Amino acid sequence: MRFGIVTFPGSNSDIDAYQTVVDGIGEEAVMLWHKGHDLGGADVLILPGGFAYGDYLRAGAIARFSPIMREVRAFADGGGRVLAICNGFQIACEAGLLPGALVRNAGLKFLGRSVRVRVESTGTAFTNAYAPGQVLRLPIAHGEGRFVADQQVIEELEGEGRVVMRYVDAAGDPAPEGNPNGSMHNIAGIINAAGNVFGLMPHPERAADALLGAPDGLPMFESLVARVAA
Amino acid sequence: MSTLTPRTPQPRPGDPAISAALIAEHGLTAAEYARVVAMLGRDPTFTELGIVSALWSEHCSYKHSRPLLKTLPTSAPYVLQGPGENAGVIAVGDGMAVAFKIESHNHPSAVEPYQGAATGVGGILRDVFTMGARPIAMLNSLRFGSLSTPRVRYLFAGVVRGIGDYGNCVGVPTVAGEVVFDPAYEGNPLVNAMCVGILREDELIRAVAQGVGNPIIAVGARTGRDGIHGASFASEDLSTATDAKRPRVQVGDPFTEKLLLEASLELIRSGHIVAIQDMGAAGLTSSSAEMAARGDVGVTIDVSKVPAREPGMTPYEILLSESQERMLVVARRGREDAVRAILAKWDLAAAVIGEVIAEPVYRVTEGDRVVAEFPGSQLVTDCPFYTPDAAEDPAVRAARLTDVHAVAPRPEERDPAWTLETLLASPTIASKAWVTGQYDSSVRSNTVVWPGVGDAAVVRIRGTSRALGLKTDGNGRYTYLDPRVGGRIAVAEAARNVACVGARPMAITNCLNFGNPTRPAVYYQLREAIGGMGEACRVLGTPVTGGNVSLYNESPAGAIYPTPVVGMVGLIDAFNHVTRSGFRDDAEAAIVLLGEPTDELGGSEYLAWIHGVVAGAPPHCDLAAERALTDALLAAIRAGAVRSAHDVSDGGLAVAVAECCIGNAERLVGADLDLSGWSSLPLRALLFGEGQGRIVVSTTDAPVVLAMAGERGVPARQIGTVRPAAGELRIAIGGTRIAVSLARLAAAYHGAIPAAMGPAAVVQAAEEPTAAGSLV
Repeated sequence: MRFGIVTFPGSNSDIDAYQTVVDGIGEEAVMLWHKGHDLGGADVLILPGGFAYGDYLRAGAIARFSPIMREVRAFADGGGRVLAICNGFQIACEAGLLPGALVRNAGLKFLGRSVRVRVESTGTAFTNAYAPGQVLRLPIAHGEGRFVADQQVIEELEGEGRVVMRYVDAAGDPAPEGNPNGSMHNIAGIINAAGNVFGLMPHPERAADALLGAPDGLPMFESLVARVAA
Repeated sequence: MSTLTPRTPQPRPGDPAISAALIAEHGLTAAEYARVVAMLGRDPTFTELGIVSALWSEHCSYKHSRPLLKTLPTSAPYVLQGPGENAGVIAVGDGMAVAFKIESHNHPSAVEPYQGAATGVGGILRDVFTMGARPIAMLNSLRFGSLSTPRVRYLFAGVVRGIGDYGNCVGVPTVAGEVVFDPAYEGNPLVNAMCVGILREDELIRAVAQGVGNPIIAVGARTGRDGIHGASFASEDLSTATDAKRPRVQVGDPFTEKLLLEASLELIRSGHIVAIQDMGAAGLTSSSAEMAARGDVGVTIDVSKVPAREPGMTPYEILLSESQERMLVVARRGREDAVRAILAKWDLAAAVIGEVIAEPVYRVTEGDRVVAEFPGSQLVTDCPFYTPDAAEDPAVRAARLTDVHAVAPRPEERDPAWTLETLLASPTIASKAWVTGQYDSSVRSNTVVWPGVGDAAVVRIRGTSRALGLKTDGNGRYTYLDPRVGGRIAVAEAARNVACVGARPMAITNCLNFGNPTRPAVYYQLREAIGGMGEACRVLGTPVTGGNVSLYNESPAGAIYPTPVVGMVGLIDAFNHVTRSGFRDDAEAAIVLLGEPTDELGGSEYLAWIHGVVAGAPPHCDLAAERALTDALLAAIRAGAVRSAHDVSDGGLAVAVAECCIGNAERLVGADLDLSGWSSLPLRALLFGEGQGRIVVSTTDAPVVLAMAGERGVPARQIGTVRPAAGELRIAIGGTRIAVSLARLAAAYHGAIPAAMGPAAVVQAAEEPTAAGSLV
């Protein structure tokens, strides 16, 4: 199975994603340059973390105009699976692939640390290898990760079970103490209505090697292999 | 070497006339100016004066420190590149090498903390990737005044944010560092940044201009009017007028840096270029002159071809601008288009601005007109070097000879638990999660030991079974009281710290932060501290591969503490040697102290924080004992006998053990200690004295640890037991019993800096993901 990883100017976690696909689950990965229009025959796309175009205007606001985004959108519209991580999540929201927006963290500081997130839905192509309610330890590294949306969108997301991951505290509850950035409803990751575009702020691709800590991100990639191959 | 008569540059219209005042403003002495005139055989033009001023500034020339730096050991079989290049390089096995360097950005950060710190990170990153190395880790070493003043909080917050925003965006993890607070740094904070990169040995490239006819290409950002004379600014004392020099501080653009990083590595690997150097301090001037001098070739540069940010810039401005994110490349002739193509991929501009020439001159033109010309490499090689008078300040000597045991205890100290709790809340000792939580430590997925979890960071070398142990260390207070001892301890402590994570100390880079060297008391400190570092490097087997000297760290309040900072690189041979500092909660374990408590109390954080006293002799540093200590620890780690290791430093033994108990705020681990064997020592020296050469180890295999120590003549004794469920730290010393709740200690330790920085600043403790494959 082939993962296509899009490199925007300023992407910096593209390498992490590549390593996880190739070394973590032993699948094939191709790097896709943002100026191209070729998805390299990828079965799954990853929009990786980083600071595309420096995030100088607003995170993801310029990257969504990158040439390759035309193909990314068409791929998603055709049901292709897109995993949008951190800056990739921001880009996906800016591009309208996912609803809502990611704004400045509530504490107004960049946050680089490990958080707990609970898997709220295992019925997705991205999370079927997790146990329902499983609490994961994943790193975060973002300055603009506070998920916000209008009330109607939030209700839709909640009502349709599209909040796939939520920040939780040490007891596994979605309490304010467990919410690092002030996201509404402790939302860490959401999926689109069609179930093929998943965006999250934590970095599963950086938690895929037992040497570095609990490899809680690995099952996300394994889920994709299982589902696409099926 | 040549009898060629230089074409004589003419002053440009509008150039100020050369006067004594103008010369002084450029930081040149009358004797130095006379040297310039002798070199040229005429008076320099304004442009030439600017060039000399920059290259002969302390920052670029090391004119007060080079004779001392030459005494440092710089070689070992694995050193591939020693001092004199953009960064040092050592081999680490499997054909892989590590490039690393530390640099200061003190003066800019004193006036503009955010940009000052950010551009410091940018500069040191470029120094490493211009060696052909992929940066894989950033470290830093910071000094601020007392956190109780608003100005210091502003500087602290700005510096941390600047370091974070830059490194986070470029995508290099910030993995370790140190932050110290002391009133001595009130008007003059220290911001030292270190970068570590990885490369294959055959990818190493040096900044040596070669090949007559090869084009010289300016790459990256355009040249603007920012940072002009930054190098000279960094070479004078800070004054009340310093804020007016804010325009000399550059502005960083980490996005462009990221593009430059990728493009540079691609260029180096393409084989199209022969040399590459950052346009850092003194910008185009120093990069071109230094590359030419190293290659012993001539160069000519046409400033009218340099892409400028604004029209009307003079040659003087273009040559001395310190606009960031620019590189100077010497390409192979005929490969210009290939070079441009690589840069275009990354949306970066490239302009051929000159070439390597056979004629032995350093020449600058503006179109056809010569605006500066110096013979041969003399611009670089003719800089004068100084060995000023040295004499210890009698007041420092008196402070050192003070009997600190006579300092009367405060009434609260009748309860040693109060003292321990108070020390844990000293911002110098307290948890730095508020700082490290603003850094991306996980990007690139190589960080095995995160900040605050071990005595040093551990970063895996991908594709091998090895990892690096990385740490910065330095103690200004010790160095102030006894510069030779302070220099030794900076190296010894860094070695201990990397050994505590399971790494063999390999090599260091150093950053020497001192005051004005023309004052005999300061030059004495510099000379002695470098002497001490050299002694330690020889005994510990860690050569110096490069570094940076930052002098003139003085404000109207006086000089800083002399602060030599060591950036240590250690090598871990197998992942299962990786060791963390905290006690583990999965089993009871023996606590063994390697090394021996002493009655020393001088120079301690205890005296400074509890009593406001900076006095006494700093702890003795026996280098042979330090070597034996790290050897013993590493032997025990390799034997699989060590569950945790933490060195004894600021705050002494009681603080070290407490940190092992409460370092992880979510998993407090109790301990019982029995120090009765040393009940004859003064209690506060035993608990809080900073005697060197000690490491607290927890082990379920105490006989092995004791045997490894015994074989190497290292004193070692079991001093207690880890009690995961105890909820307390209990210490018995003869009839004295101390028991203190871990929650109370943890609140002090984890709460101090967030409390000082205000409620908006509360950040949860940075915590490492739970290790699944448990590593000992």
